[in-house]
Amino acid sequence: MTVDTAVAPSRAALLHDTPAPLPQPRGPLTTALLAALRRDPHRSLDLRHLAWEGEAAHACCDEDLQLALWLAYELHYRGLEGVDERWEWHPELLWARGRWEEQLVAGLELGVARPTEEVDVAGVVAGLTALAEADGEPSLSKHLMRSATAEQFREFLVHRSLYHLKEADPHSWAIPRLSGQVKGALVTIQADEYGGGVASAMHAQLFRALLADWGVATTYGAHLDQVPAVTLLATNVISLLGLHRRWRGALVGHLAAFEMSSSTPNARYARGHRRLGGGEAAARFFDEHVVADAVHEQIALHDLAAGLARVEPALAGDVVWGARCAAYVDTLFAQHVLGAWETGASSLRTVLEVAA
Amino acid sequence: MRADEEVTVTICPDGPLLVRGPAQLRTVDGTTVEHDRSVLALCRCGRSRLKPLCDGSHRLSRFRDPASAEQIDHVLADATPLPTDGADAA
Repeated sequence: MTVDTAVAPSRAALLHDTPAPLPQPRGPLTTALLAALRRDPHRSLDLRHLAWEGEAAHACCDEDLQLALWLAYELHYRGLEGVDERWEWHPELLWARGRWEEQLVAGLELGVARPTEEVDVAGVVAGLTALAEADGEPSLSKHLMRSATAEQFREFLVHRSLYHLKEADPHSWAIPRLSGQVKGALVTIQADEYGGGVASAMHAQLFRALLADWGVATTYGAHLDQVPAVTLLATNVISLLGLHRRWRGALVGHLAAFEMSSSTPNARYARGHRRLGGGEAAARFFDEHVVADAVHEQIALHDLAAGLARVEPALAGDVVWGARCAAYVDTLFAQHVLGAWETGASSLRTVLEVAA
Repeated sequence: MRADEEVTVTICPDGPLLVRGPAQLRTVDGTTVEHDRSVLALCRCGRSRLKPLCDGSHRLSRFRDPASAEQIDHVLADATPLPTDGADAA
């Protein structure tokens, strides 16, 4: 596969992200939100009209709500292009976001059962293991390994870019909320995610090299307009759990589920990548995840998830629920993507431009 | 990795061996294989395609070994399997 120099990351681009460009609105909420964000946050603004009027059953897949949440959360990560950074802690926006979050949680609770009985440490281990062994259908990873077209593989990378270009960041919110051995377990995992401090080895940067190999734009937030609500949901759920200390149990469970369901799919993605002629250097993103996550899954399950349940038993149920949320969101995503591909359609919202 | 750290081997239930600390990896002819990983997961189920490393295959093959302290202690002391309820594994 040849790499076009226009999309090949320069040395500087490898080291620094700029704020995400503002997307197109997807409904009345994001139209109003984007208009507000272009203004001065210190002008007294009443943002209480920034409400989402949909029903909980539609919250997880509503384009307008998920984009609004993504924008509100992005203020805490790389920021938004041309948007005053003081919006991050604007009380009226936080109030509005709180309402959207209640609606998102209500939507998640319709799809993700909370444990019905009290969960203990052994229950956390059993619950998370059962989830990981359920090898969910439909299997997106098997399709990518065996039969996806190059175009489909590229679409998959575009979806995943919303998470992987800030890979590990949403779970890092847990670090200051944990202590002792549980914190140590999380830091061990995150240190690998961040390449042990070497920028070029950070998983987000390995992903950027992979995007470049496939001729896809590598700048942060470049594909925001192209991805549907269900893709935004995947990062929004982690941000939701990460930005609220009270959800730390669910955040830890989410990370454990992530790590426990990673090695095998990544081995499949690697085979799909090579089958379709993907470059060897770029394959490192997948190859590294197979090996690193085989370690992480043990640390995440026994030291992090079970470890937290040991020191804060009241959070054990949340740990299991957070893990189930990760699996649920992953299933929604796979259903959307495979559903679109079965009908010969694109899984993206707009046509993907590819470098020649 | 600091040289004064101790090496520990954690036997994961139904999973790999986790090696933490400055363990030297050697082949039988004494060749030391350098690596820079802070924790190694070594395959215990035999199904990994990346041996000696774990690649998560134990989950697909449903590898089962409880690796409880009782079991490990019994095996190390007696060199026989830990009797199970109803049917002795021997």
